[in-house]
Amino acid sequence: MNVAVVGVGAVGSAVAELADEHGHTVTALVDSSGAAVDSGGLDVTATLDRKNETGAVGDADPDRLDAVAHDVLVEATPTTLGDAQPGFGHVEAALERDRNVVLANKGPVAERYGDVRALAAESEGEVRFEATVGGAIPVLSTIEDVGPAQITAVRGVLNGTANFILSRMAAEGLAYEHVLAEAQDLGVAETDPSFDVEGTDAALKCVIVANVLADGREYTLADATVEGIRDLPTGALELAAETNRTIRLVGEVQNGAVRVAPRLVPENGAMAVTGTQNIVQFETRHAGSLYHSGRGAGGPETASAIFADINRLDG
Amino acid sequence: MSNSGSRTYTVRLELVDRPGELVRALEPIASRGGNLRAISHERGSVTPRGQIPVEVDVEATPEQFETIVEALQETDINVVRAGQERYTEEVVVVLVGDLIGADLSETLAAVQSVSGVSVRDISLTSPHGEASSARLRLATESGGVASTLDTLRRVAGERGLRVVEPLGGERV
Repeated sequence: MNVAVVGVGAVGSAVAELADEHGHTVTALVDSSGAAVDSGGLDVTATLDRKNETGAVGDADPDRLDAVAHDVLVEATPTTLGDAQPGFGHVEAALERDRNVVLANKGPVAERYGDVRALAAESEGEVRFEATVGGAIPVLSTIEDVGPAQITAVRGVLNGTANFILSRMAAEGLAYEHVLAEAQDLGVAETDPSFDVEGTDAALKCVIVANVLADGREYTLADATVEGIRDLPTGALELAAETNRTIRLVGEVQNGAVRVAPRLVPENGAMAVTGTQNIVQFETRHAGSLYHSGRGAGGPETASAIFADINRLDG
Repeated sequence: MSNSGSRTYTVRLELVDRPGELVRALEPIASRGGNLRAISHERGSVTPRGQIPVEVDVEATPEQFETIVEALQETDINVVRAGQERYTEEVVVVLVGDLIGADLSETLAAVQSVSGVSVRDISLTSPHGEASSARLRLATESGGVASTLDTLRRVAGERGLRVVEPLGGERV
């Protein structure tokens, strides 16, 4: 397939670099600085080198993607809340020209799911967004395969930063601020860690899951009850450990409610993944619980979910 | 020693599987005037937590029986049922915040005022320089966990405390 990539951060770059290996051709790379386009296929390495050197991928008009051959638009710009722009606008434009859209950006499907669905209904193009939840872990396709009506709850450790902080606090008895600073040094946490430690990122992922599970109802971040891990005392983890439990930031979608909060989980149980690892539990009506764990973030990891979506478009 | 005020109570205990546990469980009964009438344990029966369920029939006055149950609860022996009350589910939570300022005992009293909830034990830690934390083990009647947690969340919220609740859907 011909792939146009919008957003050339860690995920967008990884998609561009790995496209050839997956049998696809990158025909456009677009970011806020401009665009590089070639309907016959871009030289990805040269384009990314150019971005590294000059800060711009190219000087083509980013608003003229209609003139470029592409079967699918990969939307990998940073997640924004509220009107979810500019990501939503990219989705809208692609669907209006009957192209498929694969999202890594959570904004449009977390904040404007109804609008996205309505646009998709009017379009020949299809929208997929596996990469928005749990990085490389097949979360949405599992729901699709098992059947939303067969799933009674989805619970998960969906934020690597928060999980790194909690598991290191528990293992070393270190204070929150200390581990957060460490995580920032390692690049595991952002300079402004609010999005991760306050639970917003995990909540957006749960809202997307809720939208996929729901039959008709639309969820946004405002529908989620969110409590983060900021300033959780080491003592709480110690008390939990005395009874073979630990604390994880868990997102839960159950009975139509979306909730993110630090929760007590068995120390040796499936949910107590450590470091930046993620895990998702699917509680099913007839088949007990299914667990998927893996890397919930990272460029190539998230790109692998994007290619899974593109391949599903193929079928 | 069947004095007029005494009657027979059934106490259901869950014991850790190690030598001496039964003797340890029976001592508070005998030393507080209880008359042991029967001890039953079904061979091979183990609770999902790996503990040994034992039923003890005790003859005692209501006052004696009350002190017996208190004494048992002061040990770490799990009293599942005593007399008429039946506690069938346990839930562990961690409270975080200014527990002293929020008056922990008042918070607990508010939780226990909900019928069928009993605070089994409390463990408190208050390290220098961070918020204090308390682990509570609550016993509720069968099916009472959700409403117990609702109450706790409300009571704690009123006092500015955070509640770290257990994650459901996963059997320990």
